[in-house]
Amino acid sequence: MQQLIWEAEYECMPREDLAQLQLERLQATLNRAYKNVTCYRNKFNELGIVPEDVQSLDDLRKLPFTTKEDLRLNYPYGMFAVPLREVVRIHSSSGTTGKPTVVGYTRHDIKTWSNLVARFMTAAGVTHDDVVQIAFGYGLFTGAFGLHYAAETIGASVIPMSSGNTEKQIMIMQDYRSTALVCTPSYAITLADRMEKMGIDPKTLSLRIGLFGGEPWSDAMRREIEERLHISATDNYGLSEVIGPGVAGECQGKCGMHIFEDAFIPEIIDPDTCQLLPPGSVGELVLTTINKEAFPMIRYRTRDITSLDYTPCSCGRTMVRMKKTMGRSDDMLIIKGVNVFPSQIEEVLFAIEGCEPHYQLVVDRKGALDVLEVRIEVTENIFFDEMKKQKAFLEMVEKRIESTLGVGATVKLVEPNSIPRHEGKADRVIDKRRL
Amino acid sequence: MLKITNINTYYGQVHALKNISLHLIAGEIVTLIGANGAGKTTILNSISAVTPVKGGEIHFSGNPIQGLAPDRIVSLGISQVPEGRQVFKPLSVEDNLELGAYLRFRAREGRGAIRHDLEEIYTLFPRLKERRRQMAGTLSGGEQQMLAIGRALMARPKLLLLDEPSMGLAPLVVQEIFGVIDNLRREKGTTVLLVEQNAKAALKMADRGYVLETGKVILEGSASELLENKEVQRAYLGRDKKEVWER
Repeated sequence: MQQLIWEAEYECMPREDLAQLQLERLQATLNRAYKNVTCYRNKFNELGIVPEDVQSLDDLRKLPFTTKEDLRLNYPYGMFAVPLREVVRIHSSSGTTGKPTVVGYTRHDIKTWSNLVARFMTAAGVTHDDVVQIAFGYGLFTGAFGLHYAAETIGASVIPMSSGNTEKQIMIMQDYRSTALVCTPSYAITLADRMEKMGIDPKTLSLRIGLFGGEPWSDAMRREIEERLHISATDNYGLSEVIGPGVAGECQGKCGMHIFEDAFIPEIIDPDTCQLLPPGSVGELVLTTINKEAFPMIRYRTRDITSLDYTPCSCGRTMVRMKKTMGRSDDMLIIKGVNVFPSQIEEVLFAIEGCEPHYQLVVDRKGALDVLEVRIEVTENIFFDEMKKQKAFLEMVEKRIESTLGVGATVKLVEPNSIPRHEGKADRVIDKRRL
Repeated sequence: MLKITNINTYYGQVHALKNISLHLIAGEIVTLIGANGAGKTTILNSISAVTPVKGGEIHFSGNPIQGLAPDRIVSLGISQVPEGRQVFKPLSVEDNLELGAYLRFRAREGRGAIRHDLEEIYTLFPRLKERRRQMAGTLSGGEQQMLAIGRALMARPKLLLLDEPSMGLAPLVVQEIFGVIDNLRREKGTTVLLVEQNAKAALKMADRGYVLETGKVILEGSASELLENKEVQRAYLGRDKKEVWER
């Protein structure tokens, strides 16, 4: 198969030249971030560090980490390194506890971003001849726009379908002869299921490529999608705090996602001790952006657990490969593509007067869709002898959870002490999904 | 071809360059832009060893060159065209050019090769040929700039360091000189590190650029990216002002 590379001058750069470019860009980024972002300046000053102390890529480890908490404390625009009038786009990450995080892009950032995403789209096989159907939700979420602009940059024809409305997706896929599909891997399964039900043979479609991201998925799931939809499915990785999609993406080798190191410097740390781990170790991914203008991120703790592989790849790209993420270093769950923290549900429950229950979250996948069940132990405070009252209570809790999380859940009352406890603490989350 | 990491340069107590890292690939034109006193000329002088460098490394074609004497650096293939031309005013145009090949002469390189290069410079700048016997001090500013470039080329450099070639020159002359630089790269593959006040013209010709501020690099990028950068436009391209002397 012909291997196309979008920006070979960077993607296939000798690693020695890459190191020089990374150092130059890192130093320039630190000089700008220190000058323009109060949060970074304060953090550096606290440790008695100035940007000049970074004289090599190894010196990066001297710098403080940036966490989601920093972004929330500086909500909404505190982490921007350029005046707002130079920002042409604002995105937001799906909310965690409390405020969402706001990220901004200059015109140049949008261009950089489009090219980074274009790299993994090209690596997956997308060319200007393709018709790309984007079934990510448009809106504050970075996924849809990232892929949309990149596909246009490549010169492909973009169908900004947005998420949901499965039958219409399939109709458009048939009628518009879409050749590339962009969505979450679980939605790809939903599409396959629906086609089966509708009696549509995927072989009759023009579809040949699938670009799936936004949630973790396994190689088994890849095989299932590839077999059922008759496409080549590749994974990509990104997070809105860093840029959105376009941090890393698979090549045709499907042996890990190449991190675009001319734009991001990856590190792997032990999430508990925060110590840097040697190459190849499994740990938390930490990313530093080195060519973003509006929203530079210095040592951002992604909370995603993975490992890095520096051995050369058969595709010719010299950039390091990261494994599919293997989990989170915090207790965040990704349900239907939305980030959910158990603590959020805890807050909802605590906010309901007189309700301080033991609870348990059960996440399962029905068909291809995630379902969340919240089990609450009955206490004296929430004990209703009237069925009507109990029903009203459950509905109220469900409503509050949905409005806080952005994901629906079914709430169930269970018997006292039926939720197992470990050292006094309940086992909060059961994830039954087959990933 | 040139790789600089973390060089620091001081003028007395003044820390003029702070951890400068930059690189040039063979055949590239790279420009340094920034306000007065940002450290642009100091970078050129640090490469050519006119100003001593403290710490850091400078590699040229893979070999370390910091600490070498200026004449060694010229003989390795780096020539500098200094700010304000600095031609030898009482000498004739041709003597000035021949002095550019002084090290080659000392190295007993054949007279023929030097003569051949002299003719090439005359083809590049026909005006210098017309005035070959004239005293350099009597030339116009633009002609002196051509002479300064010609003199640097006589050393057969692989890397040309150009310091403010457009300073004090009329727009048409600036265009002519920039045209010559562009030709040099295209025909001979000469790599150029260009320092310019006229950031717009420099970025239009260059492949890449570094933006300097008080002795630090604050931006690196392709020339077209930098031209579009709002901060660069505001600070160095006078976006809000009407261009007075440059089209």
